[in-house]
Amino acid sequence: MNIPVEYFLVLSTLLFFIGVFGFIVRKNLIGILMSIELVLNAVNINFVVFNRFLYPDKLEGFIYGLFVIIVAAAETAVAIAIIINVYRNMKNIDVNSIKELKN
Amino acid sequence: MDIIKEFYSGFSIMNQEVSLVLVLVFVLLADLFCGEKGKKYLQLLAIAAFALNVVYGFTLKVDSTYQDSFAGMYVTSDMHILVKNILNVGTLLVFFFAHYWNEHENRSQSGEFYFLMLSTLLGMYLMISSGNFLLFYIGLETASIPMAAMVAFNKKAHESAEAAAKYILTAAFSSGVMLFGISLIYGTYGTLYYNEAANAFLAEPLQIMAMIFFMAGMGFKISLVPFHLWTADTYQGAPTPVTAYLSVMSKGAAVFSFLYILITVFRNYAETWQNILWWIIVVTITVGNLFAIRQKNLKRFLAFSSISQAGYILLGVIAGTPQGMAATVFYIFIYLFTNLAAFGIISNIENQTGKVGMDDYNGLYSTNPKLAVIMMLAMFSLGGIPFFAGFFSKFFIFLAATQKEMYLLVFIALLNTIISLFYYLLVVKAMFIKESTNPIKPIKSDAMSVIGLAICTIGMIVLGFISPIYEYMSSISFGI
Repeated sequence: MNIPVEYFLVLSTLLFFIGVFGFIVRKNLIGILMSIELVLNAVNINFVVFNRFLYPDKLEGFIYGLFVIIVAAAETAVAIAIIINVYRNMKNIDVNSIKELKN
Repeated sequence: MDIIKEFYSGFSIMNQEVSLVLVLVFVLLADLFCGEKGKKYLQLLAIAAFALNVVYGFTLKVDSTYQDSFAGMYVTSDMHILVKNILNVGTLLVFFFAHYWNEHENRSQSGEFYFLMLSTLLGMYLMISSGNFLLFYIGLETASIPMAAMVAFNKKAHESAEAAAKYILTAAFSSGVMLFGISLIYGTYGTLYYNEAANAFLAEPLQIMAMIFFMAGMGFKISLVPFHLWTADTYQGAPTPVTAYLSVMSKGAAVFSFLYILITVFRNYAETWQNILWWIIVVTITVGNLFAIRQKNLKRFLAFSSISQAGYILLGVIAGTPQGMAATVFYIFIYLFTNLAAFGIISNIENQTGKVGMDDYNGLYSTNPKLAVIMMLAMFSLGGIPFFAGFFSKFFIFLAATQKEMYLLVFIALLNTIISLFYYLLVVKAMFIKESTNPIKPIKSDAMSVIGLAICTIGMIVLGFISPIYEYMSSISFGI
């Protein structure tokens, strides 16, 4: 049985906007980071699905998905290090604790 | 064997990247093996090695108008080389200004500072020269991940940690949004190569949506309104040399690659993206200006000023013509000297006294006349007062937009220039007219800062009058 391509695209779009919503409303820095991962996963689904269904004779989409995963890992590593640094300085990783910069 | 030979021949036009990688590896190894005694010379060594790279960059030329390698993954032309050279000069100036800070507050990590900054520069090179969205994405991330580490460089300072958290989260989110656009581009165009995508024009709503997602992601990087919210906090909290780098180099590289993608991939949607950019420019310039007026911290003040300057740079992008590209690159070139002069003075004063408030600058002229005069020149040039270089760059950028008959847009931008003069002159007023009971004590600048400030001052005064520069830029520019 074949799942039509639209189903995948609806899933990835939903996932993308759940990620955007999470990025805006989450109050915890780690939570925000997780929301960003959701956005990147939506992108990966898109790439793989387009490649599989529309251009099956090329590999561009798969390769791109692979690169997105790798770069996201690097980005998360740096982000976690920075969040740990925030925790050391403020004893807290709540978004409301990082609002000292203003005049 | 032929495949291997072909692979290596691909590197033959990547001279600038290869030489930068050599400098990068050299700095890394020198930092590793120099030991405690050698640390003294490490900075000079790194600056000298990079200066050689800068000089080498100016000797390069491309045989034909346009060259590519790795099957179109990497493209280069005289314009690409010129933009990279401009970024090189800016990075060298930042190194000059960062020398004192590295020497006194950052002694043990100065090698890392140079290594990370050169890595971001490499990312920007790849971003500028990309002919494929994959290389573009990798370049973008190579530029922004080490940048986040540099914003967080003052590990003990609250502000630095806060600024870095805001920077890395918005950078990651914006590249997520941009990637969503790129995935839709891949789905609808069927290719990731710029020149192939330009021919796969369908006039489908989904392609326009892909373009809008892409533009939103780039808007974060260039800090356009409504995507500018991270800018002020990050600029204020980051170490001052890093702020200077962020405000000029990362913006310049992003603007040029944005322009290149708009005029190649989205060539057929020119009318659509011009309409979108029209509104973005109006809002960016106005909001940047209005918020800059009430800032009391100079770094934060320059952050908002750089937001409105980004709006002016986009006036060249919106034209999309060869004149527009020449004007954009010329604007970046002048903006580099001007903004770095302002940041050089701020970092000089902050290093020695720790003061960055606007009120701290009251009566600066009586104690430090030279610094005050250079700061005044920078403010005049940023505001576009004739006949400083900033006037000429604004003139060319308005000319490029006028040639596309965007009279209303140019008129709004001109009105905003008047507002911007008001707040730039606030700084001049503080330095020259206001009295202070506790002015900044006379400062003896270190040799490196003096060299950097001298170069910036000469650039601000002289560059506008050397017409061959603009003529060369317009002879190698291209557009729709």
